[in-house]
Amino acid sequence: MFLRQREATVLVVTIALIVYFSLASSNFLGKSNLTTWLSQDAAPIIIIAIGEVLLLICGEIDLSVGFIYTFSAFLMHYLIDFYHVPGLLAILISLLMGLVVGWINAFLTVTVGLPSFITTLGTGFVLLGLVNTTSHAQPSPIPPSVEGIGHWIGSFGWSEISWAVALVILFHIILTRTRWGLHTVAVGGNLLGAQEAGIKVRRIKYGNFMITGLLGAFVGLQVAFQTNTIDPTSGGYTPMFYAVTAAVIGGTAMLGGVGTILGAFLGAIVLATLTDGFSIIGISANPLDIIFGGAILIAMIANVQLARLREAGRS
Amino acid sequence: MTTTTPEGAAASAAAGEDILRVEHLSKRYGAVTALTDVSMHLGRGEVLGLLGDNGAGKSTLLKILCGFQPPTSGRILVEGQEIVFKSVDDARARGIDAVYQDLALVNQLSVFHNMFLNREQNNGPLLNNRSMRRLAREHLDEMGIKIPSVNVEVAKLSGGQRQAIAVARSVYSNPKILLLDEPLAAMGVKEGAIILDLVRQLKEQGNVSIIIIAHNYGQVLEVCDRVNLIQHGEITYDKRSAETSVTELTEIVVAEYRKALEERQRLGEHPHIPS
Repeated sequence: MFLRQREATVLVVTIALIVYFSLASSNFLGKSNLTTWLSQDAAPIIIIAIGEVLLLICGEIDLSVGFIYTFSAFLMHYLIDFYHVPGLLAILISLLMGLVVGWINAFLTVTVGLPSFITTLGTGFVLLGLVNTTSHAQPSPIPPSVEGIGHWIGSFGWSEISWAVALVILFHIILTRTRWGLHTVAVGGNLLGAQEAGIKVRRIKYGNFMITGLLGAFVGLQVAFQTNTIDPTSGGYTPMFYAVTAAVIGGTAMLGGVGTILGAFLGAIVLATLTDGFSIIGISANPLDIIFGGAILIAMIANVQLARLREAGRS
Repeated sequence: MTTTTPEGAAASAAAGEDILRVEHLSKRYGAVTALTDVSMHLGRGEVLGLLGDNGAGKSTLLKILCGFQPPTSGRILVEGQEIVFKSVDDARARGIDAVYQDLALVNQLSVFHNMFLNREQNNGPLLNNRSMRRLAREHLDEMGIKIPSVNVEVAKLSGGQRQAIAVARSVYSNPKILLLDEPLAAMGVKEGAIILDLVRQLKEQGNVSIIIIAHNYGQVLEVCDRVNLIQHGEITYDKRSAETSVTELTEIVVAEYRKALEERQRLGEHPHIPS
């Protein structure tokens, strides 16, 4: 009930913002801005947030996902332009890289026993260094052999948001209607209890790290196709922190056990609406971060207060 | 060394064939020895109280018996057959289920999801919530456990209700052997009574043999056929409940405590004995 209330609250905020910006500027709901707003601004946050929600629920976080994003497009470029790998195969290998980095994050966190905050801080820096060293920090054009398939992945205006919505529906079902989702909640809600019930908690954490890595690699390719360039400054911490912000606004608890994909989706739409709305009504993007910071704090205060109310209602 | 009194042996003979035998079980964690040498048995349909002070090795023994961790040495025989458990699922498949002291419930999940945790019913790739909800409700009704709804989050239930859910969950899979770790700990008198009634009910049905781990002797003697005392990782006492009393059990534990103090004083480690 609480989560549904939280999602409803965020939905109201989203609608209010959309109404406000569409009244403030007739361009906001114009055809060209719709794809900027939804595909360019919202979709990458939404897709990364899916992974972060799964990880936060099972008690972990991935700070490296934005660097997986940066690296995946470069990896595709290197494979095609330097190693003459066919386009589709290069894309698949780039996605596989996301899974592998997710596996490494899980190995260091679950098997070696580092906190995921530290693990992914480390792997993130390594990936950033790899990108900058190999690319000499220079952007590259999209290889011609993948321009066609790139259309489906990200360069067609509506493709990114379509993928994002499809993935939200898929992972919402996985989280709420399958054993995997139930066990993810159990692992984050009561780790020892989940073990005692016989749940393979390592497998759940490995899986969710790998899903996050895969989604990060996919977003990297999408953004490269959509911006029509492979840019070493694209990705990084910003989309990851936006995704975590979206998850938190949408009701995901940093301590694990609680969260929804739908909430994070709405949270990401709020962030994207603010980003896009501010630029379209001609206000500088600089004060945006103040609003984002405030939104996180308000969301968390609401979380804490509602938890107290629930606590009071229990006795 | 394990001493089994004649009374204890007679009690097991009365209970019929042993469903569980434990022979010379030990468990070491590095330099720490949690279980020295435990041998015990559980008759079919019997309720055995496993008593002992904190740190005596009760919970370690339980975690070995339910497959959560392997022993360092020793044998476990279920219905006369030696068995090595590889996991909790493995032990469960052999008919052994446990209710842990921490209950292993997930607060954020509903009662029915907790009831079916890690043995969910699926409808293709998706959870069959409708079926799990119905079965959970039927099973709880059957056991006389009253909760507002199977849809509520476990966090919203009282301690007794949570304990009852945990017991109901373990009983649902129809185990041959049920292990209860401190089922009465941190529970009010009324809530404790719910659990003791539940144990009595299971005993009357006679399908399951039960080991109850506890340090509150009085309540346990009420429902147990027999009690074992575990001290320093060994079973040191084995009697039928009818032939022992809270006073006798307490005296044994206190005597042991005095002896340890005297020993330490003799070695010059401890200057005072409280009289």
